[in-house]
Amino acid sequence: MLLVLTAIAVISGGALAMVNSVTEPQIEKINAENLAAGIKSVMGCAEVVVSQPNTVNKNISYYTVSDASGKSLGWAVQSSENGFGGELQVLVGFDGDGNILGYTILKTAETPGLGAKADTWFQKGAKGDIIGMNPGTSNFTVSKDGGDVDAITASTITSRAFLLSIKNAFDEVVSKQDASSGASTQAKKSVAADSCCGDTIACDSINE
Amino acid sequence: MNYFKIIINGIVKENPTFVLLLGMCPTLGTTSSALNGMMMGLATMCVLIVSNFLISLVKKLVPDMVRIPSYIVIIASLVTMLQLCIKAYAPEIDKSLGLFIPLIVVNCIILGRAESFAAKNNPLASIFDGIGIGLGFTCGLTILGSVREILGTGCIFGQTIYSENYGMLLFVLAPGAFLALGYLIAIFNKLKKA
Repeated sequence: MLLVLTAIAVISGGALAMVNSVTEPQIEKINAENLAAGIKSVMGCAEVVVSQPNTVNKNISYYTVSDASGKSLGWAVQSSENGFGGELQVLVGFDGDGNILGYTILKTAETPGLGAKADTWFQKGAKGDIIGMNPGTSNFTVSKDGGDVDAITASTITSRAFLLSIKNAFDEVVSKQDASSGASTQAKKSVAADSCCGDTIACDSINE
Repeated sequence: MNYFKIIINGIVKENPTFVLLLGMCPTLGTTSSALNGMMMGLATMCVLIVSNFLISLVKKLVPDMVRIPSYIVIIASLVTMLQLCIKAYAPEIDKSLGLFIPLIVVNCIILGRAESFAAKNNPLASIFDGIGIGLGFTCGLTILGSVREILGTGCIFGQTIYSENYGMLLFVLAPGAFLALGYLIAIFNKLKKA
């Protein structure tokens, strides 16, 4: 009895380890590609050089982004917050002045048809357009709370979480960068130190 | 036993969604769109076929007292492998279903078929039972997903049929899943009797 259970467990474990070793590099590649494509699209540029990730706290990490010639473009910040259905993780691009260049949703468990609309709702030209806004100078909350942004219809909780995650990203990364030193020197330092995703990412067109 | 009969049995007579009412958690959770439902059904079918086959192979070796733990270990390993493969080779599916794939482990259809069919029949018949029940489950989830998607968002498989503004949002949410499932079971039973 014990023997059978042990044998089954050992064989299953071995098979799992084998599958894992085959799929692991592929999974990592996909994750890296997703992140690279995300950064490219939130910065809205043709070619970017991305620094190694800098972790601020467990919810926020950021990448310093510059173009191929080394000119600083700003920061791409990965930030998560609790949404309506679970973790809501966004990637948001800021230029050197802290204006929002673009965003994309990396991880979401929001309700389809309601909160899940966040990936288009706040884009340029849409109803809740936040592109170009500066969380430092504008009133960056939903209009229900007296802010400047229109929340997704019937999804105020998702909208609040979304805006809060971007506001946090701004507070933790962009405003601190401005205070410490000029954006360009920051960028150059990390370009020199880049390695993990430091390769140049080419993109064909400007994405929103 | 006639293999064709086994498959038909899985799709109609013992349809897991509409007749056996097994595996309701993934049924209600993943059918917010037709595509999600179909993918979940297919993923479950893959696990079911392989687990049925393996379990009917080892059924004589496993003592009765530890059969449930043994089956669960086999099923859990298969599901984890499937999850890794989906993550690596079908990232789009992983995005919409990733959360639900591990739930296949505790899907009562799989353990139920292992107990009631694979443990009593030969490996080949068990594979066909896996195909039959798997197809039944896939059909069930696809139909339920289609109904919810059409009523809720006006689309089917992502193709717009009428404007989203006229959709009944309720059907995308959990209560709509119960409503739609209830009506579908009623219709299915009516048709089966006829």
